Amino acid sequence: MDYAAILSILEGAIRLATPLLFACLAGLFSERAGVFDIGLEGKMLAAAFASATLAAVSGSAWVGLAAGVGASLVLAAVHGVASITFRGNQLIAGVAINFLAAGLTVLVAQDVFALGGRTPALTGAARFQSIALPFAETAATIPVVGPFYARVISGHALLVYVAALAVPATWWILFRTRFGLRLRAVGENPAAVDTAGVSVTGLRFAAVMICGFLCGLAGVYLATALGAGFVKDMSGGRGFIALAALIFAKWRPWPAMGATMLFGFLQAVATRYPRLDLGVVVVPSQFIDALPYILTVVILAGFVGKAIPPRAGGIPYVKER
Amino acid sequence: MEALPKWADAVLVPLISIVIAFAISALVILAIGENPLEAMRLMVEGAIASTYGWGYTLFYATNFIFTGLAVAVAFHAGLFNIGGEGQATLGGLGVALVLLNVAWPHWTVALAAAVLGAMAFGALWALVPAWLQAKRGSHIVITTIMFNFIAAALLNYLLVNVLKPAGQMDPATARFAAATVVPKLAHILGAVGIPFNPRTPANIALVLALVAAFLVWILLWHTRLGYQVRAFGKSEPAARYAGISPVRITLWAMLISGGLAGLMTVNTVMGEAQRLVMNVSEGAGFIGIAVALMGRSHPVGVVLAALLFGFLYQGGAELEFWTSITRELIVVIQALVILFTGALDEMVRAPLARLFVAIRGRR
Repeated sequence: MDYAAILSILEGAIRLATPLLFACLAGLFSERAGVFDIGLEGKMLAAAFASATLAAVSGSAWVGLAAGVGASLVLAAVHGVASITFRGNQLIAGVAINFLAAGLTVLVAQDVFALGGRTPALTGAARFQSIALPFAETAATIPVVGPFYARVISGHALLVYVAALAVPATWWILFRTRFGLRLRAVGENPAAVDTAGVSVTGLRFAAVMICGFLCGLAGVYLATALGAGFVKDMSGGRGFIALAALIFAKWRPWPAMGATMLFGFLQAVATRYPRLDLGVVVVPSQFIDALPYILTVVILAGFVGKAIPPRAGGIPYVKER
Repeated sequence: MEALPKWADAVLVPLISIVIAFAISALVILAIGENPLEAMRLMVEGAIASTYGWGYTLFYATNFIFTGLAVAVAFHAGLFNIGGEGQATLGGLGVALVLLNVAWPHWTVALAAAVLGAMAFGALWALVPAWLQAKRGSHIVITTIMFNFIAAALLNYLLVNVLKPAGQMDPATARFAAATVVPKLAHILGAVGIPFNPRTPANIALVLALVAAFLVWILLWHTRLGYQVRAFGKSEPAARYAGISPVRITLWAMLISGGLAGLMTVNTVMGEAQRLVMNVSEGAGFIGIAVALMGRSHPVGVVLAALLFGFLYQGGAELEFWTSITRELIVVIQALVILFTGALDEMVRAPLARLFVAIRGRR
């Protein structure tokens, strides 16, 4: 394997990690506030469909972005109403949201475009095009570092850089602001937050809506940057890989970036080498596909470090009367 | 909390939830420019107006009884088994291995062996998450989700690289021997003089499903283990105090749950396809969640809910054939049923409870 091949895999890893990173940070906000969310997949799918549809109709990727985020926020609101307002089972609400998105997207896509559950292919301004970072061309001549900058770091769609910036932003919000402190507290001990006179409901709704916003960006990226339009079930389990990455990262922002990069890298390798020949053994692509899930189970089992979720996660808060 | 009489809790709450789910689905159909009443007529006509329709409705219902029971048993132990898909996938592998590797003389022995194979493989696939939950405290919802994906990858690998006969293009096993073909429902009903369309996949597995439902009822309400499972599900500290071992109950509940999920492949792999293909479970593992929630985790409720979903599944296929409404409408209905009977339960229950209190107060 030469340097060019390595660069190409790394470049693919960043592209494939971006939707995972958005969804992982989305789950991080929600779960840190004590609301489990296995509906990341559904919100992402709904956003992908809405953005592709509106981008196709309007010809503008920005209109698509607004529509995608909007669709995801609507589903996040459903999750909030079910699991916060009516104190329903958060996991079941998440399952329902996944199916709602899986069904409605295809149903509406077929009704609007009659293309067998797809949207038309997006071209030109309807997609987020790749951006060349400054000096990418000149830097490419510098040995080793230059091509890395020009080929791996530069030349991605805008949302890739937004995802990268979302990591320090998430860290800053959660660990350096009053809102973040309260948000983490509400995931550990909501009764204490309530006693302090801060609304548990309000905080949790805020977290769930931030989660919806970030899932929206993940879906928009899938349909308008990574892909060129919507196809049935295009999220393809990424919401669950993001969930796995979240556990892998033990609900922390910087490790979330590391975990999603690792899983993105695995996907890039599996795409490039369907049969990875390591000399001693040939690794089938199915094994690499399953690796994020296997790693997560190992981490959850606590054999390699222990992943402890926020203490109040999954439990609806009942105010004392 | 006793504001609601038992019958209202068991019958009225799920019924109202279904009505809400159907009403919203009707609005969706209206929104995409079709007539909901016409859609309903087409579904009824396609699913239950002929023995052909019934054959498919019952075939799908058989799957959903198994997966619904699987989710229900786990619910009783306070566990959410979302891994029915993976357990069914492995169950299908069990059926295929049993039927391909032994020259069975007669379908009766083959059926018994397939049942054991399906249950054993499904149960084993549920055992790992169960053990991790009981011993290591790993959240069973997350691990069973992960195991669904691992199962899919495993089956994909086995079909492509190991089980596919040489020279065959599509990733599937060889066809099972003719001696392993089980009787269709049409033959069974024909033997007692009821005419039934033979060109439908409904088979003897339906009888197995009903027997399984009965056995689950016996298990949960008439055995010591069932009592312990329910006690554990109601309150873990109380069960622990009564000397019930959480590890033992978690393992047993998940073994039974996984075994039941695996059993659905006796219907699909052995009863219909006669070979193992990709995507054995076809989403039935997830529909089991809706079926168990709607059936209030009671075997009778599960059978009725499975029938409803069998009707929706077959009706949905007809709908796709005649209108521009795709099959995914059923996924939407399924989602709404899960949402209203599972997560928004309180939204239906609270006003109803207030109503009952008001009626009682007037007397």
